[in-house]
This record gives sequence, structure tokens and C-alpha cells, in this order.
Amino acid sequence: MAMDTSTPTKRQADMMKALKEAAFAALVTFGLCIPIIAWGTRQNLDNQLVLDPRWDAVAWAVAIIFVGRFLMALRQQKRGDGKSIVRLLPHGTVGFFQRHSRIFSLFGLGFLLTFPIIAINLAGWGGALKWIDNFGVQILIYVMLGWGLNIVVGLAGLLDLGYVAFYAVGAYSYALLAKNFGLSFWMLLPLSGILAAFWGMLLGFPVLRLRGDYLAIVTLAFGEIIRLVLINWTEFSNGYAGISGIPRPTFFGIPFTAADDGFAAVFGLEFSPLYRTIFLYYVILCLALLTAYVSLRLRRLPVGRAWEALREDEIACRSLGINTTNTKLTAFSLGAMFGGFAGSFFAARQGFISPESFVFMESAVILAIVVLGGMGSLWGCAIAAIAMIGGTELLRELDWLKQIFGQDFDPTKYRMLIFGFAMVVIMIWKPRGLISTREPTAFLKEKKAISADMVQEGHG
Amino acid sequence: MEVFVQQLINGLTLGSIYGLIAIGYTMVFGIIGMVNFAHGDVFMLSAFIALIFFMLISAWLGAGLIVLTLFFVLILAMFFTSLWNWTIERVAYRPLRGSFRLAPLISAIGMSIFLMNFVQVVQGPRNKPIPPMLNKSILLIDSATYPVSISYKQLVIIITTVVLLAAFWYLVQKTPLGRAQRACEQDRKMASLLGVDVDRTISITFVMGAALAAVAGVMYLVLYGVVNFADGFTPGVKAFTAAVLGGIGSLPGAVLGGLLIGLIEVMWSAYFTIDYKDVAAFCILAVVLVFMPSGILGRPEVEKV
Repeated sequence: MAMDTSTPTKRQADMMKALKEAAFAALVTFGLCIPIIAWGTRQNLDNQLVLDPRWDAVAWAVAIIFVGRFLMALRQQKRGDGKSIVRLLPHGTVGFFQRHSRIFSLFGLGFLLTFPIIAINLAGWGGALKWIDNFGVQILIYVMLGWGLNIVVGLAGLLDLGYVAFYAVGAYSYALLAKNFGLSFWMLLPLSGILAAFWGMLLGFPVLRLRGDYLAIVTLAFGEIIRLVLINWTEFSNGYAGISGIPRPTFFGIPFTAADDGFAAVFGLEFSPLYRTIFLYYVILCLALLTAYVSLRLRRLPVGRAWEALREDEIACRSLGINTTNTKLTAFSLGAMFGGFAGSFFAARQGFISPESFVFMESAVILAIVVLGGMGSLWGCAIAAIAMIGGTELLRELDWLKQIFGQDFDPTKYRMLIFGFAMVVIMIWKPRGLISTREPTAFLKEKKAISADMVQEGHG
Repeated sequence: MEVFVQQLINGLTLGSIYGLIAIGYTMVFGIIGMVNFAHGDVFMLSAFIALIFFMLISAWLGAGLIVLTLFFVLILAMFFTSLWNWTIERVAYRPLRGSFRLAPLISAIGMSIFLMNFVQVVQGPRNKPIPPMLNKSILLIDSATYPVSISYKQLVIIITTVVLLAAFWYLVQKTPLGRAQRACEQDRKMASLLGVDVDRTISITFVMGAALAAVAGVMYLVLYGVVNFADGFTPGVKAFTAAVLGGIGSLPGAVLGGLLIGLIEVMWSAYFTIDYKDVAAFCILAVVLVFMPSGILGRPEVEKV
């Protein structure tokens, strides 16, 4: 930007260049749209496939790309040839949050603890159920899963694409043991965590020698194997039909029913299904906080430091005498254990589970939460989970969009589409995730947050 | 015996489809060291593109000229799928070159989710069947208990695969383009110092991979006559298994691995149980990665500090 280049000819040339780039992008878009958007396939009444031309959609796509690319090109020229940097927050905001993270944590905690009361006051007894269940519980499950996976991916640097397998192990452990042996939720919660950790060790032991992307694919294969076995081994898991009628958790022995010995009657309250939801909300809140607490404390223990060292440079770790297999295995099985906890909670909350809940997409969503939030950052995970899960839940609420796009417009259809796109965009824009700073666990006088770009990725 | 020969034919047909997809994985891994997770979905997309062109062209040419129709469909599907993969590389992977190791993989997973749901949104979630074609078959062994036959479909698939693989082999081994590609595979920095346009070569690698995946997509459509937006995932993982089994980075290995995976899957279904055929493929993937990560024809990787 040394010279002022606002002479008319230069500006005209810039404009031409931007136009050319935009025209090229539009042409490519047109090519991409030709078969797949320009004709929609639809089955008619005779069950034959017919084509519906949709050239208006193609025109829209091409126009949007043309304008978007043109504006982007102009913006880039204005900034000079340097890499354009887009800032979401003003400079120093993240540092400010980090310096006062204790205050914000307390504030967040206070909000979470009072959330059901706030929801009841704002939405009333009838409306609060939706807010606590769909938003509160649902988001907290994913926050917990994200924090659990964060131990594996964020701290130890092992890319696990089959995390949902441990979620499934936890869920099926609870469902089967509670249904067949009548054991209680509080007994089975730790047990399913232990079982999931055991499975994590079993699966992790042979594969943890592998490098990053191979490990990712093998864990994906394991996740799929567990799901396929659950589908096909019908005597064990009832196959596709799933397990229904799973016993619901009780308030330390008092069930949430309208009966005389139910929760409402014992405490002299009027019966409402909301009590169970509020109870479940606090259970998952405690579980999530436990996960956060454990991973925060573990970071300060030797094993946690070994994880982070392993993430940065595996060869250096080996040279310094760290047993890499054991270190990886602890991370893997601890992550699996929290997945198991979340799974058994999930089964208890739904009352019904089937292999459909444990598809690869679910793993990808959890991984996306960890990666997009910023690997290793608890705040990042929580923010990403709120944005992603809360955002997609909010899509259901966007009924007013129907008035713009017509009655058959269903915003939830676009949920995963936006998800995938966000993953790509954030990788390009901020490869280290939204919160891309690290808090060192060891420091001299003052704790300084360092940018994750400084942290080199090892071959872990 | 008859059962075995019949399953051999079926397995080779399926295996050629896996082999064609596996080449895309292995080439991309060879040149930029990244598992192109979205490749299975590119394959699925190509099957959809083929479906649409098949319907357009068969309406235009009439049902009689089926072979000519398929030929046009093949060419068009190869072109448009290549355009898609070129764009994907340009948008989602190229900016990440030189970023940390897992970034392209995560971007590819995002791209895979995006493609799958994109097709679901624009084409609907239901199965898309096309009218059956090439139904005749040739009787090979006339046996009273189990007649062995090869259908025209299978014949077309195997012949097309062989011809295209020969052309592809020529492209990689004998042309300057292939030479540049092999050079980048061996040492990207050195190749760029010697005047090879690395970015262009990587783009061409993606284009070639997509073209072969499109062939596989057309073949898949011909073989099964139905395609669904979720069809990319399992064949994608199986083709990746094939690439690993053959030795990732090795082109003949990918084809060999594809044929083996196809055969194993078909034989497993024939002699054991059809329920667990996918489990078998995934188990092979895990076992091969753990016990012989360099595969059958691959070079063992030396880790340098």
C-alpha cells in the first residue's frame, strides 16, 4: 500500500480484473449447476423418474456467486495483494476474555445453574419444557461430548472419527442392564463409563501406533463396525428396531410419575412433566462440569502434560522416554469414558435407543464442535456447541422463512449442509478454531496466552 | 465350483468399481499426503450426474441406442465430475496447503458432509431408480444345478474398466503430464525447482481422480439401477480400504486392492452371511492398517525427523 493508486486508469483496470474473476467464477458455477441443480429428479405417480427443469435456481446461484466474487475481488485489491484478514472480534477481545476467564466462568456457571428458573419465568410452565429440553439438555449433551472428545483430539492430538461408538457403548450398557437386570441409573452411570473406557482401551491398544490420518480412518472403521454389529446382532440389541421402554432415572429412588409415591406427591407439589426435565438438566450439567473439571485438572498432572507434549511432537516425546502408547491409551480411554457417561445419560433421557442415533454423522458433528471451537479450548468447545446445536435447533423455529420461500421450505433440511460448509470455511479462515489461543500450564511469572499458530503440530 | 465361478465374475465386477474409486484416493494421497475424505461423495455425485444425463439423453435418442447413450453419459459425467472436483480442490484444499497436518483432512470431512447434504437438498432423499437396461446375459457354464452366466452389464463394466485403466496407465507413464505428476509425488519441492507447475499438477490429479470416480459412478448406476444421496459413504470407505490394502500411493496396488475387496465382499456374502459383509470390509481395513500399513505393493514409509 506504499503508493496511492487511485488514478482512473488503474481503477478501471482493477475493475476489469475483478469483473473477469467474477465472470470466471460465475462460469464455473454454471458448469457445476448444469446437471445437478438444473434438473431435479422426481418420481411420478407411476413410480417412474421424471425431470423437472429448474433454471431459475441456476440463475440465482450464478448471480449470487458473480456478485460475491466481484465484491471479494474488489476488497482484496483495496487491501493490496497481502492476505486478507477478517476479524470477527476487535483485536484483544479474546485476550480480555482470557484474562478475566475466572469471572466469565463464574458468570456462565451462574447462568447455567439458574437457566431452568429463568426459562420458567420467561416462557411459563408450558413453554419452558421446550427450552430446557431442546436447548438446555440437548446443548449440554453435546458440550459434554465435545469436552470428552477434546481430551482425545484437543489435548492428545489423536483424531478420533469413531467417538460415537463409545457413546453407543454407554447407551446400550445402560439400556440393556437397566432393562434386563433392573439396575438403577446411579449404579449404571459409572458402570457404563467404565465399560466404554474398557472398549476404548480394547480398540485403542492395537491402533494407537498409527499416524494421524490412518488413526482417523481406523477409528471410523471401528465406529462403523460397532454400529453394524448393533444392527445385525438382533438377539443382543434388537437390531434396527432398537430398545424401547428403557427405565427412566429416578430422584434417588423416587420416580417422576403422577403416582402417590412420585416426586410431585412426595414433595407436595402439583404434578408436572417439567420436574423430570429439570432434574435431567441438572444431571447433565453436573456431568458436563465434571468432564470440564477433570480435563482442567488433568492438564496440570504429568499425564496431561505428556498428552500435550505428544500432540506437539511425538518423536521428541519418545526420545525423552515417554511411553507414547500408554499415554495415548489413557487419553483415548478417558475420552471414551466420558462418551460412555453421556451415552448412558442419553439412553435414560430418551427412553428409546436404536443404531440410527449412532451414525458416523454424529461423530462428525462432535468432531466439528471440537475443531471449530479450537482444539484444546474448553470455552471454544462450549461456544461451538451452543452455536451449532443451538443454531440448528433455532432453525426449527424459523417459521417466518416460509413466508419468503414458500410453504414447502424446511430450514432444518439445511442443517447438515451448513454444518459441512462451516467446517470447510473455518478451516480455511481460522485453521486453529474460533478460540485459537492456548493457555500454558507452566509459566514463569505471568500467564500469557499464546497463539495456537505458534504451536507446531507433531506427527501424532 | 459353479458357485465359485459365478461369484468370481460378480466379485470382479464390483471390484473394478472399487478399484476405479481407489485410484482417486491413492493418487491424491501420493501427491499431497492427504486422505481425500470427500472422494466417496464425489463418486456419489457423479452417479447422480450420470443419472440426470442418462434420462436426458435416453429421452432424446430413444431407448434403442443404449450403448451410444451410455457412451455420451460417460463422457459428460466425467467432464462435470472433474469440474466439481477441480472446484473442491481449489476452494477447500488449496488454501490449506502448508497448514497443520489435520487441517485438510478436517476440511475434507466437512466437504463430504456438505456434498452429501447438498445432493439430498437439491435431489431429494429418496432412492432414484432408472429403468433396467442391458438385461440379457451370456451363459458360460450350462449346469442344471447352478448355471453360470455373465450379464451384458458386467461385460460392459469389466471391458470399460480395462480400456480406461489402460488409457490411464498410458497417461501416467508415457506423457509429460504423467511425468510431472510422478515427479511431484516423489518430491514436490524439487519438482517445483525444476519447473514443474506443482499447483497445476495437483489440480490435474484431482481432475483425473474425479474422472475415474465418474466412470465408477456410471458403472454403479448401470449395475444397480438405483442411486441414493447416502451411497457415497460405504463405497468410499471400501475403496479407501482397497487403496490401503494395495499399498497407498501405488496405482496398480489400488486396482489390485479394489479387485481383492470386491472379491472378498462377494465371497463373504456367498459363503458366510450377507449381514456382516460391510463389517468384513471394515475389519480388513483395520487389520491391514495395523499389521501391514504399507500394503501389498506400497513402499514402506520412512519417518524422517
